[in-house]
Amino acid sequence: MNAHHNVSRRSLLTGSLATGFLLAFHLPLRAAPNEPVQPPDVTDGKFAPNAFIRIDAAGATTLVMPQVEMGQGIYTAVSMILAEELDADWSQVKLLHAPANEKLYGNPIFIIQATGGSTSVRAFWKPLREAGASARAMLVQAAAAQWQVDAASCTTSKGQVTHKASGRTLSYGALAAAASGQTPPKNVPLKDPKDFVYIGQPLKRLDTPDKVNGKAVYGIDAIVPGMKFATLAQCPVFGGKVGKVDDRAAKKIPGVRQVVVLDDLVAVVGDHMWAAKKGLDALEIEWNEGPNAKINSKAVWDDLRAASAKDGVVAKSTGDIGKGLAAGEKIEASFELPFLAHATMEPLNATVHCKPDSCEIWTGTQIMARVQSEAAKAAGLPVEKVTVNQHLLGGGFGRKLEPDMVVAAVRIAKQVEGPVKVVWTREEDIQHDIYRPVYRDTIAASLSGGKIVGWKYKIAGAAVIARWLPPAFQKGIDIDAIDSATDVPYEIPNVHVEYVRAEPPAIPTGFWRGVGPNNNVFAVECFIDELARKAGKDPIEFRRGMLANQPRFLSVLNLAAEKAGWGQPLPARVGRGVCLQPSFGSFIATVVEAEVDEQGEVKLRRAISVVDTGIAVNPDTIVAQVEGGLIFGLTAALYGEITIDKGRVQQSNFHDYRMLRINQTPKIEVHVVKSGEAPGGIGETGTTAGPPALRNAIYAATGVALRRLPIDRKLLAAGKKA
Amino acid sequence: MHMAITLTINGETKSFDAPPDMPLLWVLRDILGMTGTKFGCGIAQCGACTVHVDGKAVRSCVLSVSAVANRAITTIEHIGSTPAGAKVQKAWLEAEVVQCGYCQSGQIMSAAALLAATPNPDDSDIDAAMAGNICRCGTYVRIREAIKHAANGQS
Repeated sequence: MNAHHNVSRRSLLTGSLATGFLLAFHLPLRAAPNEPVQPPDVTDGKFAPNAFIRIDAAGATTLVMPQVEMGQGIYTAVSMILAEELDADWSQVKLLHAPANEKLYGNPIFIIQATGGSTSVRAFWKPLREAGASARAMLVQAAAAQWQVDAASCTTSKGQVTHKASGRTLSYGALAAAASGQTPPKNVPLKDPKDFVYIGQPLKRLDTPDKVNGKAVYGIDAIVPGMKFATLAQCPVFGGKVGKVDDRAAKKIPGVRQVVVLDDLVAVVGDHMWAAKKGLDALEIEWNEGPNAKINSKAVWDDLRAASAKDGVVAKSTGDIGKGLAAGEKIEASFELPFLAHATMEPLNATVHCKPDSCEIWTGTQIMARVQSEAAKAAGLPVEKVTVNQHLLGGGFGRKLEPDMVVAAVRIAKQVEGPVKVVWTREEDIQHDIYRPVYRDTIAASLSGGKIVGWKYKIAGAAVIARWLPPAFQKGIDIDAIDSATDVPYEIPNVHVEYVRAEPPAIPTGFWRGVGPNNNVFAVECFIDELARKAGKDPIEFRRGMLANQPRFLSVLNLAAEKAGWGQPLPARVGRGVCLQPSFGSFIATVVEAEVDEQGEVKLRRAISVVDTGIAVNPDTIVAQVEGGLIFGLTAALYGEITIDKGRVQQSNFHDYRMLRINQTPKIEVHVVKSGEAPGGIGETGTTAGPPALRNAIYAATGVALRRLPIDRKLLAAGKKA
Repeated sequence: MHMAITLTINGETKSFDAPPDMPLLWVLRDILGMTGTKFGCGIAQCGACTVHVDGKAVRSCVLSVSAVANRAITTIEHIGSTPAGAKVQKAWLEAEVVQCGYCQSGQIMSAAALLAATPNPDDSDIDAAMAGNICRCGTYVRIREAIKHAANGQS
């Protein structure tokens, strides 16, 4: 990857530019002998036993990354798993982004080549271990054949095979050629976890050294000889089209080279982003806004509330919900979550070079193969004529599980001679996102003897899965929208869960970090606190009473309570709130402590998460992901909302689509429980945990039971009660 | 209108033609090919584009190139050769601050300027210097920790 292959690119460029000018045409960039983003995956002369491992004669061990690096640390975790079973020398490990190839690099959970849903380690745990172990076995066989000894009498460590009895050693590099001739063994044994040397250690990440010195290359940093720069405007109204464009003023701006007008967007191409942006600002565009210009947030919510009043498709039913709900005191509540933009720090971008018979793309994506096939459609080329060069991602959060930005860039590039880098302004990025759907979740429950006896839960919201992975949308149920709703950890005798598919009009919806569990864990954990209050019980005590058969949940909940000092006195208008969640195959308890001032402003004081995610491949990465995930979720809880008026998004940049900043960040403690269970997912768990824990802290601090996000300060001012 | 401009960037003289109102960010990225400095918002709200001008942290996305002629510009590519920058980079790696890393050029430039001016910052100094830098991955806890380690020479 870039860390090892791109260093010289920059020195070449700056060197050649130090003396020159030639600015207007960027000749220095064109003339620079630019290296590719990364070398192709050449296996000639290397030991390449499978899609993931290449070892050359010098022992350099190149690992091909089937999942993409967007900050979650997966390049290091994947490498640790492969290196563990391979017994590789960690200092010899180099990384390569995988090319688009669904067959070799498809995610075993999604089948398609996708990184998301906190699935990477869960999906690749076994195949990567097997790949490493199989390669190791072939190296051992090669050494044993050379020494004419029994393979079982050889051991491996740090990239070497040793035959102890005779004191002989061969490096993997020296064995690479001979190992290539070996047959991969069947049913290769995997290590006993007690013998792990890398897995479980907080190893330093492999991608970070070049991220502190400016050398890391993200998609937006791709430099292709001769490229121009473009930025675009899409119709501000969803689904609207371009009417008339007057480009006379734009074309007079120095550095503007071309105006590309397509049916739904206009792009300005120039010598640099500044020319393109000034050109775009100078265009006079008349849009045909179309029928969606009437849509506003009120209509969206009216529709969703109406849909949520209808019966849904049954996702789960145990016991007798009719009897259960009739058995005790019944209470009901609805919880609502807004549209959200992803706002990755790296704005959307793709660099594309379309030629009559081929198309080359430089970008960072969570869906390599789908980007390739969608780009091929847009370019009107066979898929094998499209090359996608993967890059590091400056955040993904689900936004780059969509190919729309690449498709738009290809459509623009088709009109441009030579390569063009298309960069979205932040405004365009926020106003043409594929948004986290609005959800409305309604729960009716009955309490008898201080316990929940009936639980009827209905989720209403978009079915992202139906669009994104149609084969997984079965019998009208979106498995993502109901995730964490059908496996609530509490022992409840009568449970009924329904899903109502409710698609918002015209507004595109997609995955957003935390996905389905965001809405379900929020509704469930907020409502559990309301039930606890009704039952006159402490929220943690109330949860414990329903977890007798859930040792992993009970253990994280108890430790979180202890670490948070649960029950210790707090000042007025300060509260602690808890969230317990089953999401992504991990067991996580979180306590947030927050203060609500007299005006209703909320200050985060502290957050504690206790995580049982099974075997922790890299414990420090897990801590980092939960820290960051909590901040991502708390940001949404405090500020996140995309609103619609006249068919268009009202927010545009970080001044009105706010982010939590360092001065608002609480102390965060993450405790990782030792476990020998199979690994769970982690990247999204903190995001899911933050909002309900905060809401419950506010409930404890003020008595106000918020049921919508983001939090409404007006409801929290002193003197207000639920 | 393009004009001939000469800048001093990372101690080197760079001459080129550019519109005088062109923000330094785009000069660095699109004319000079120095892509370590990042575009995040274009309106000085996120800090991803932070560079140093005469040692002070500034947002290069709203700083026109004509305003920085004859001033010393330092970018992420060179900050490691300053004592504060080297300390910050080291502390960043030791605390494993970085996730996606896209904002970190700006974070490191802000932190290096802070430490150069205030060798032993307290929490409120850190808040004041760093609140203009957004990190979407949420690395703030480790940024604070790393700045303190860099200041204490523990790294």
